[in-house]
Amino acid sequence: MLGITDMKQEIREILDNTALTHEQAMMNLSAVPLNYVEFFETTKEFRELEAAGCLCTMNEGNVTYAPRYILPDYEKLLREGCSFLRLGPARTLEDAIMNLEIMYRFVPSVTHYPVYLGSVDKMLEPFIEDEEDAYRQIRRFLIFLDRTIPDSYCHMNLGPEATKAGRMIVEIQTELQNAIPSITLLYDPAITPDDFAAACAECALRCAKPSFANDREYKKIYPVPYGIASCYNALPVAGGAFTLSRIVLARLAPKAKDSEHFINELLPHAVQELCGYIEQKITFLVEETHFFKSNFLVTEGFLKLDNFVGMVGMVGLNECVNILMEKDGVPGTYGHSESADLLGRKIMDRLKAEVESFTSKFCAVNGNHFVLHAQVGIADDYDISPGTRIAIGSEIPLHEHLTHCGKFHPYFNSGVGDIFPFDETADRNPDAIVDLIKGGFAQGMRYFSTYSSDADVIRITGYLVKKSDIVKLDNGIAVNQANAMWGLGEVKNSHILDRKVRSFAG
Amino acid sequence: MSAGQNAALVARIIHHSVVDGPGNRAAVFLQGCNYHCSYCHNPETISVCCGCGTCVSMCPAGAISISDGRVIWDDEACTGCDTCIHVCPHLSSPRVRRLTAEQVMEEIRGDIPFIRGITVSGGECTLQRDFLVDLFTLAKEHKLTALLDSNGSYDYMADAELMNLCDGVMLDVKAFDTAVHKELTGRGSEPVIENARKLMAAGKLTEIRTVIVPGVLPSEETIAGIADVLKEFPGYETLRYKLIAYRNLGVREPYNTLFRSPSPEEMQDLKAFAEQKGFRNIVVI
Ligand code: SF4
Ligand code: SF4
Repeated sequence: MLGITDMKQEIREILDNTALTHEQAMMNLSAVPLNYVEFFETTKEFRELEAAGCLCTMNEGNVTYAPRYILPDYEKLLREGCSFLRLGPARTLEDAIMNLEIMYRFVPSVTHYPVYLGSVDKMLEPFIEDEEDAYRQIRRFLIFLDRTIPDSYCHMNLGPEATKAGRMIVEIQTELQNAIPSITLLYDPAITPDDFAAACAECALRCAKPSFANDREYKKIYPVPYGIASCYNALPVAGGAFTLSRIVLARLAPKAKDSEHFINELLPHAVQELCGYIEQKITFLVEETHFFKSNFLVTEGFLKLDNFVGMVGMVGLNECVNILMEKDGVPGTYGHSESADLLGRKIMDRLKAEVESFTSKFCAVNGNHFVLHAQVGIADDYDISPGTRIAIGSEIPLHEHLTHCGKFHPYFNSGVGDIFPFDETADRNPDAIVDLIKGGFAQGMRYFSTYSSDADVIRITGYLVKKSDIVKLDNGIAVNQANAMWGLGEVKNSHILDRKVRSFAG
Repeated sequence: MSAGQNAALVARIIHHSVVDGPGNRAAVFLQGCNYHCSYCHNPETISVCCGCGTCVSMCPAGAISISDGRVIWDDEACTGCDTCIHVCPHLSSPRVRRLTAEQVMEEIRGDIPFIRGITVSGGECTLQRDFLVDLFTLAKEHKLTALLDSNGSYDYMADAELMNLCDGVMLDVKAFDTAVHKELTGRGSEPVIENARKLMAAGKLTEIRTVIVPGVLPSEETIAGIADVLKEFPGYETLRYKLIAYRNLGVREPYNTLFRSPSPEEMQDLKAFAEQKGFRNIVVI
């Protein structure tokens, strides 16, 4: 257990850091004491795996007092208002925007900022009368969001239908070049018109958003509507995720004798430990802390306990497979050889089966099971690839890469994604990007992100930053966006700027 | 002969291309051309290899050999250093494969979900017309669109079999003036202009493209000339006109030092000129 001297030093570091705004300093300080207290016992096996870095609690600590990802039913807010916030139903576009702006302020999450803004296009569309006036109001709304929610894990959803509001949001984003919010188009080629998909692709090349989620696949998963929150997490609306902890396959693999030992012993054991831990944490959150008992989002029905899931994250399949191939004495690397990919799928099959074999008291929306998530990594992962992604620097030709995603994305019901930067040749032909996404989605791919290699706003792993902010931070200058700090770490540790840029020229 | 049996000399297959027609496409480049343009950006595709052997000993990777007077290129050993195409005295390349349409389709099988069509370019692709018929027949079986990128020397509309399979032609209009065209390519411009008219009338003109070489080619005259010919047809305004800036990259000596690239301003001026002539869908690259 850490002592008071450690705490003093942690606090000191925060106080001295000139790269933090006041709000960021406050939030960092509020997390400090939680590392020094425990309210439930973990198993010895869990603690050993955690100490070895094989299991990881994502800096959440054990004292979770609000769900990690919250997706309120904002449509209810516009329809019925909210008595805690003393807001009536929205009757005009101004009302709708104000109600949302106010409620966003009260939606916690692991970041203390809302990680989900709702299907904003659909919510605003019925209120659009005078288009010029609507454009002005939506533009101000987007600027307000960027400045007051300094965290690009905050995620807006569009589509799958094209709407006037959706088109305006895309056009305004292209002009504003803000990192916040993240945006995802819930994309179904059978519903989304090609010209709107192309407008979204063009916007993405200019400012790294929107990303595209495979709506046809995702809407099958839960019996209630889903939304994309935080990085690219697909979660039930009017619910979300209690918590996310992860297994670091790249650090577990070195302990195996060979791939059989890994798949049949180490992996199942680690997953059961992880699931047991997650269940304990959810039990604490739900049964002992205040959130599900008294928070107005719950008591007024914007959130339902039954719509929350526990998330089991994984990272480092790429490295795990390569380590095990070597131990087995078989040539081939992940993404480049059929036998390596086959081993990857065997590992994933087992991981999925283990997660599904664990029954939780919670997660009714998912049949009382946790949901698998391809985690994008945290700042101190060195040479560990996100989820099932092929390592940066070892990418394969574009169409093969998309086909590869199509094989590995279907394992993840609570989010997975891949990123494909393009050079300027794509700017003139966004239809080509749409063709790639259509092809990928038809192959099973679930989430596609892109940006242009010459854009300022780029995608780090799951979130967006301005390259210009990273440069400022590197020089010790504070910037408003909280996670630009992590962007700096990622750029230094994970070769983000070395990611293969796709050219259409050949 | 059943579809897919006619072999062609294939210089290169690009699995995803954004500059060879609408959307994402596979592009197949065929070897051999009937023009000899000085500004050609890939002059190694102009001639068919005569087996002279000059490149064999120059290859640092030992990837080229000769047997029965034919060069054999070892794809695996080749490092792509391009020495062979620089030393070839005949505007050719040893890195050319003889492939049937079936073999080409096999190579792009994995691309099919991601592309909306195939574009065949060159060289001059219509010189290997039987192969095109085979390839486009197979393309249609996979619901892919089929486009030709061609220099205008072929009488397309007289070839009903090919044009029934082909969705459109991206036509090079290098110069409107026949003397200029002849000096550049060795042939007059009349057949090109006639083809533009006939393809437009048949709804098979996908794009017009003109390479801009300042001080050498009268670009404005070419744009104005082709506008005059096409403006009587419906769809003229939306026809894509691609203005391509000449670049030294890949151009052979001595031309690469004789010509200069147009500035971005010159390209914008030409775009404005084309707009004045009624074109509305102008792409500058
Ligand atoms: S590019 Fe030509 S010279 Fe270079 S290795 Fe290949 S075949 Fe040999
Ligand atoms: S590629 Fe050129 S140099 Fe080589 S054998 Fe053929 S014609 Fe001769």
